[in-house]
Amino acid sequence: MNFAATLTQVPVRVDEGKCIAEKGCTVCVDVCPLDVLAIDLISRKAHMKFDECWYCLPCEQDCPTGAITVDIPYLLR
Amino acid sequence: MKTIEMEFDLVVIGGGTGGPMAAVKAKERNPKLRVLLIDKAHVKRSGAISMGMDGLNNAVIPGHATPEQYVKEITVANDGIVDQEAVMAYAAGSFDMIQELDRWGVKFEKDETGDYSVRKVHHLGAYVLPMPEGHHMKRILYRQLKRARVEITNRVVVTRVLTGPNGEVAAVMGFDCRTAELYLIRTKAAVISTGAAGRLGLPASGYLMGTYENPTNCGDGHAMAYHAGADLANLECFQINPLIKDYNGPACAYVTGPLGGYTANSKGERFIECDYWSGAMMQEFHNELLSGNGPVFLKLDHLAEETIQEIETILHSNERPSRGRFHEGRGNDYRKKMVEMHISEIGFCSGHSASGIHINARGETSVKGLYAAGDCASVPHNYMLGAFVYGKLCGENAAEYCATTSQTQHDAGTQAAEAARIQAPLQHQGGLTPYQIEYKTRRLVNDYLQPPKITSKFLIGLSRFAEIREDLSSMSAADPHELMRAMEAQSILDCAEMAAHASLFRTESRWGLYHHYVDHPERDDANWFCHSLLSRDANGQMAMRKKAVEPYIVPVDDEERIAYQRLRVATTAQAA
Repeated sequence: MNFAATLTQVPVRVDEGKCIAEKGCTVCVDVCPLDVLAIDLISRKAHMKFDECWYCLPCEQDCPTGAITVDIPYLLR
Repeated sequence: MKTIEMEFDLVVIGGGTGGPMAAVKAKERNPKLRVLLIDKAHVKRSGAISMGMDGLNNAVIPGHATPEQYVKEITVANDGIVDQEAVMAYAAGSFDMIQELDRWGVKFEKDETGDYSVRKVHHLGAYVLPMPEGHHMKRILYRQLKRARVEITNRVVVTRVLTGPNGEVAAVMGFDCRTAELYLIRTKAAVISTGAAGRLGLPASGYLMGTYENPTNCGDGHAMAYHAGADLANLECFQINPLIKDYNGPACAYVTGPLGGYTANSKGERFIECDYWSGAMMQEFHNELLSGNGPVFLKLDHLAEETIQEIETILHSNERPSRGRFHEGRGNDYRKKMVEMHISEIGFCSGHSASGIHINARGETSVKGLYAAGDCASVPHNYMLGAFVYGKLCGENAAEYCATTSQTQHDAGTQAAEAARIQAPLQHQGGLTPYQIEYKTRRLVNDYLQPPKITSKFLIGLSRFAEIREDLSSMSAADPHELMRAMEAQSILDCAEMAAHASLFRTESRWGLYHHYVDHPERDDANWFCHSLLSRDANGQMAMRKKAVEPYIVPVDDEERIAYQRLRVATTAQAA
């Protein structure tokens, strides 16, 4: 398959200073209904891996350190 | 590829609203029953009520409404095409369920005497009960699942129900959306509670997951019921909702209506008498959108500051909590100007409309051992409380069925074919992505299936869907997550074809905008006062047939019968 990389601004932002994924926390990854968050293997922080967001907010509200902010996707804003 | 094999008595597919209730009630009926609740997300935050719910839209509470009155209201709101016994089974169980939820810790609004604060939103009776703190709903359900010792498997996507020698439920199949491992779960019975088919139309914003329904609810259950041989009812009665323009939240007549908010045209004038979501209401909404008075707005700017604060507290903390930041981004303050509204993409959802997997008053589908509850099943206007009541009925009845049934052997050929279907996108290199297949299917749904419905457009739509079906063999998935999207894209395509076939079958117009058929603009009770059923025929094709409406148990007189046909505000004559 030919790959075409298209940059996009994803709705879920993670404050890496606050994220404690490297200590074993996976709350945001666990609660996302669409399973679009993941822990980056290199930075060991949470990030939005797939731009498939329902902006429903469990990740933001359940994060124990307040590291996550969900923006309304630009197409809807 | 490894296949994980398991065996249970009852598998509940979908852990949102009706599913957890079905699992808990099956265990209460028989604590020894081996019950598995399976969800493709995580049960803690899955389904339509992932972030809670702001109220009950159909509470039948003694002193405020009777079950008979409610059955009559829904019969009229749904243009007469209802199985009244099934609606009555909900209505009769409604108050017991409210009391049980109350005991479990759900906080309903009560007045100073401790009575439930029921509000009127429907055309005839009063059935709306606010839950200002309804954001805790999923936590309460999860606690009950743990207490009842229900086994839970998260992140497994169920794709098919396999049947035994006599067409009865014998197993379910699926895969893990993180590892792609296959699952084969032998079971005597299954409850499908997979929610709406909400990823059918494409939202006007073009953002694939910006749907009204939780996008996990993409019609998997409708597709697996169809392939298991079950009947699906009235699929031409689409769900279309009045929403905030570009945001997927309802403008919320149920929350703002009782507090003085209403749907208005661009002049700030009311044009419908009742904001309750019916097909007739949506038709008037659509007419106004396209008229010189469009677009349509939610009007709150006339309300007192304290009322607006109350509305903001409920709407911005419950069900769709990102609503506040959407308005903030647009600089839209409820106090200062009206909020622009639009209509949603189409879907199947009996919660608000009337289509789904056909069930009777016991929650049974036409397949032995297969039950369905909530937005995916066919009981009309059922909402969250209906999902709970039918979850309970399905759980209890399935437990009894299991007690008298033994496990049968599923068809090995079907299992092999399904394993191959699931694994194909992973084995394929190159080709089309699941995103491309899904986007194109849903764009064509908008182009050809969105009402007003026109025969020639539907026929073009069907031929374009057939082209996409041929393209499925070249769809590839790079990882297990994409595999989930690839399998969902196939459910969406199944639902798109079902929507088209059902719509072409009913050669009349009914349910307002939901089935506004331009070639057959009139309602035709002589030929079409009946349900339509879709099922798979012997050749594996979609077949349609009529089913007579069951004899009414609550009579409806002629004056009441047309109440929902008179929604438009009458234009008053100028004083002479």
